Amino acid sequence: MSAVTGDMAAAPPRANRALRQLLAAFNTNKTSWVGLATFAVVVAIAILAPVLATHDPIEQNILEKLKGPSAEFILGTDGFGRDIWSRLVYGARLSLWIGGVSILIAMVVGSLIGMVAGYFGGRLDIAIMQVMDVLLSFPSLILGLMVVAMMGPSVGNLIFAIALTAIPPFARIARAPTVSVKERDYIEACRALGYSHPRIMAVHILPNIFPEILVMGSLWLATAIRVEASLSFIGLGVRPPTPTWGGMIREGFENILDTWWLSMAPSVAILVVVFALNMIGDGLRDFVDPKLKGERGG
Amino acid sequence: MLQYLIKRLLYAVPTLLAVLTVVFFVARVLPGDPAQVMLGEQAGAEAIQALRVRLGLDRPLVEQYVDFMQGALSGDWGTSLVTGRSVLGEVLNVIPFTIELTLASILLGALIGVPLGAWSALHRNSLVDYATRIGSLFGLSFPAFVMAIMLLLAFAIQLDWFPVISSGGGGSVSERLLHLALPAVNLGIIMAAYITRVTRSSMLEVLGEDYVRTARAKGVPHRAVVWQHCLRNALIPVVTVVGLYLGILIGNSVLTEIVFNRPGLGKLIVGALTQRDYTMLQGLMVVYTFIIVVVNLLTDLTYGFIDPRVKYQ
Repeated sequence: MSAVTGDMAAAPPRANRALRQLLAAFNTNKTSWVGLATFAVVVAIAILAPVLATHDPIEQNILEKLKGPSAEFILGTDGFGRDIWSRLVYGARLSLWIGGVSILIAMVVGSLIGMVAGYFGGRLDIAIMQVMDVLLSFPSLILGLMVVAMMGPSVGNLIFAIALTAIPPFARIARAPTVSVKERDYIEACRALGYSHPRIMAVHILPNIFPEILVMGSLWLATAIRVEASLSFIGLGVRPPTPTWGGMIREGFENILDTWWLSMAPSVAILVVVFALNMIGDGLRDFVDPKLKGERGG
Repeated sequence: MLQYLIKRLLYAVPTLLAVLTVVFFVARVLPGDPAQVMLGEQAGAEAIQALRVRLGLDRPLVEQYVDFMQGALSGDWGTSLVTGRSVLGEVLNVIPFTIELTLASILLGALIGVPLGAWSALHRNSLVDYATRIGSLFGLSFPAFVMAIMLLLAFAIQLDWFPVISSGGGGSVSERLLHLALPAVNLGIIMAAYITRVTRSSMLEVLGEDYVRTARAKGVPHRAVVWQHCLRNALIPVVTVVGLYLGILIGNSVLTEIVFNRPGLGKLIVGALTQRDYTMLQGLMVVYTFIIVVVNLLTDLTYGFIDPRVKYQ
């Protein structure tokens, strides 16, 4: 009886409980904290890019091309005489922006789709989830490549393509708890009180699935950043001279016999970010899905 | 088994149709005009219109859809705008290289990943376990092209052990293996990272099962418990997950083929991209669709083969 009244109470305590569980999961696995700290540093670097950059990331200065590291050029210069460090910190902005926005869109759209499918059930549910399964069967990189190839490379199209590949897992993870929660007494009570469907979903179901979605977000952000870098490397990223990590690696790789070191700094940058996000996700993965099935990527 | 096989095959048909529809959607319905993308921003309106007519983009969408599906299902996947050769022919030329690479990396991944994961699980929370977990997490954090560039720099350029351009090799087996080695190691390491993690967690789960405790209580030797009771059961989820990760592998093989300049589907698709060969791109999307559906089907079948319970569901 007390459990029922507890559920009948407002939603925030439930959300708080879930967030406390999340915190506990963080604490059981110290690598999560290391990952979070590292990621925070990268985010700070991206935000502070205009302050940290020592040169214009785009302006060419052919006289200074292919210089080694020095006091003026911390990481040296590329084939156009542009400062690699400055390009790197501005590249962080773009990587995080494209990855972050696309995963945010995927989180919102995906959870909405999953909640609607799970909440209303029936044929709608079957139809929606079948579409999701079809999208899920495409590897992120291949689907992203197809979409960007057809639509043309731009920040907006990259975000759209990456979001599209990441929607199905969020829909799946939002659907399962919705199906079980909607049968509970307190949802029945909400219906009896005449609450609208959107209100029930937003206030009484969403808090239950929110922590899982957040954890999935950190895992998929890693994938999104990797896919963006891969597409840039293939030549489908934001057009030069805008600095992107994948694009910088591509520039270094095109002359690998002469200027191989150009691709090293951005390679390490991508590796650090993806590793940090994976470390966050690693400790929390049991929280979402003990069997590792949620994880896929490009 | 036969009934299960037929049921699975029939299930694959609607999936195939649905996935092909997604491809059509991507190719035709999304905003962005392929003719414009192909000709570039400076192209005149007349040139764009002419290309639209040539590609059939000016016809009603329904008509295009029916045409597309008929072509895709009958194996007529179009001809390249650049070379004039059929997409199917081009694909058949290079697909052995991609299959060879994929199989080699799965094999390598399993050879490293399964023992490492099982060992790690058996020594849970030891130093080795900890190192394995961090190491595998690090391994799967590598974008495939980043690791490929590092391998290329170290072993082909600095040490000169392997060819810089993996053309696929000549006729002899040893030559072929030499060309296969670095690309396969690249994908194999990433695959091994995934397989290690799944094997470890699956093995830990099995080690906690009642029947394992019973076997131990009966006095079954440790070795037999590990090999007969644990590993075989622990491998069931590993197979499914390998199937799931084949998608990642297909994506990563594109990047690997670019870095090592190795012939294959990935290089074909990137070549079509740089030459703005729209019909080739669309044809290759259809090819990938078929590959993905077939891979999913094979995973399902393997699953049923390893775990007899699946068949009766």
